Amino acid sequence: MPAPVLCQSCGAGRAALRRPKTGQALCRECFVAAFEAEVHGTIVAARLFQPGETVAVGASGGKDSTVLAHLLRLLNQRHGYGLRLLLLSVDEGIAGYRDDSLDAVRRNRGRLGLPLHVVSYRELYGWSMDRIARHVGPKNNCTFCGVFRRQALDRGAALLGADKIATGHNADDVAETVLMNFLRGDVGRLRRCAGILTGSEGALPRCKPLKHAYEKEIVLYAYFQGLDYFSTECVYAPNAYRGHARTLLKDLEAIRPSAVADLVHSGERLAVREDVRMPTQGTCQRCGYLSSQPLCKACVLLEGLNRGLPRLGIGKPSRMQKVLTDAEKPEVGFREDSQQASRAIRTVDF
Amino acid sequence: MAAPLSIQLEFGGGAELLFDGIRKHQVTLPSQPEPWDIRSLLAWIKENLLKERPELFVQGDTVRPGILVLINEADWELMGELDYQLQDQDNVVFISTLHGG
Repeated sequence: MPAPVLCQSCGAGRAALRRPKTGQALCRECFVAAFEAEVHGTIVAARLFQPGETVAVGASGGKDSTVLAHLLRLLNQRHGYGLRLLLLSVDEGIAGYRDDSLDAVRRNRGRLGLPLHVVSYRELYGWSMDRIARHVGPKNNCTFCGVFRRQALDRGAALLGADKIATGHNADDVAETVLMNFLRGDVGRLRRCAGILTGSEGALPRCKPLKHAYEKEIVLYAYFQGLDYFSTECVYAPNAYRGHARTLLKDLEAIRPSAVADLVHSGERLAVREDVRMPTQGTCQRCGYLSSQPLCKACVLLEGLNRGLPRLGIGKPSRMQKVLTDAEKPEVGFREDSQQASRAIRTVDF
Repeated sequence: MAAPLSIQLEFGGGAELLFDGIRKHQVTLPSQPEPWDIRSLLAWIKENLLKERPELFVQGDTVRPGILVLINEADWELMGELDYQLQDQDNVVFISTLHGG
């Protein structure tokens, strides 16, 4: 049996993990202290919070948001951030997944002593994810869910009078997103997806305090601290493109652990050529939410669902925008356009 | 000839779903000519414990990337990974990081 490796920080304890970013072997106590200090360092360096702010922590019941809520509460007390913290959950209406994970959030609310507010898709949009999935079929569910969740968090946070939203996105999530946007040629998103604090113009600002934290460390931190989290994969996720980016990233990380931090760094440092036309942010004609198109993505998706054309918002934005803004014109034009749209949709399907 | 080993296995972070939702398993590994290491343990788990979708747990002769392994509460990366030789009463924990956030 190999001799136990000693902690490279205190030199006394038995090392409990090798840190993926640095290769350093640390004991449980030194790791917990270093992890907390680093997240605090990230918060301070990026000036994520101001004293007196109300921060809504997006809480899914999963590992990342559970660790985030625990850390923010702890660091807020330890370092006197002066924040009022709230838990905000979105109930997408996914039986056997979100209902169970919300139970984990409720257990944590007790443990953390933070107020919890839940907003639901059914209440906000009139459609639960299960009903959407029955309409849309097995593909593109994550597109609907992602667009609706983003807005649901904003609406919930505004309702609670929050100044800011904090989400549990970790370094692996950001690296995946950089990779996905690169693979899709989505330059607009590529430029902003690695930012730690976004959307301060108009919308509620959002921040990612765990942006530099590796998934491995988040999971081990939760394990060592005995945090209770929910870990079932969403029933609709196996069909998502993100899964492929994730597998690729995990394979790369197994060969070279710094790949995750390096991809985040690439996303941060990437400069977009001056002559590349970027989408200009405006507001949605219908609901007033931030949008680079006349209608925001959520309104387009919702319109498609309500008209029985669920694939309306999937694919090229130019086509769907045309269909919908034409629809604001007289009835005749609308009928023609919607027939065209349904024909086009059938050809996409087969 | 290696004597039979009694060890405790634990699955968490969603990995337990591949084992009928059961987190803790007390198992006895039979005696075999070679000493038991993590490599042969994984083959044994795949053969004897894994209930569904083996590709979500093992990949080649190792665990799928994204599954953390702790041997007696320490990261297996510090313990020789696949080559670690199991001792009687060892505790091996597998935690998936691949599920939800």
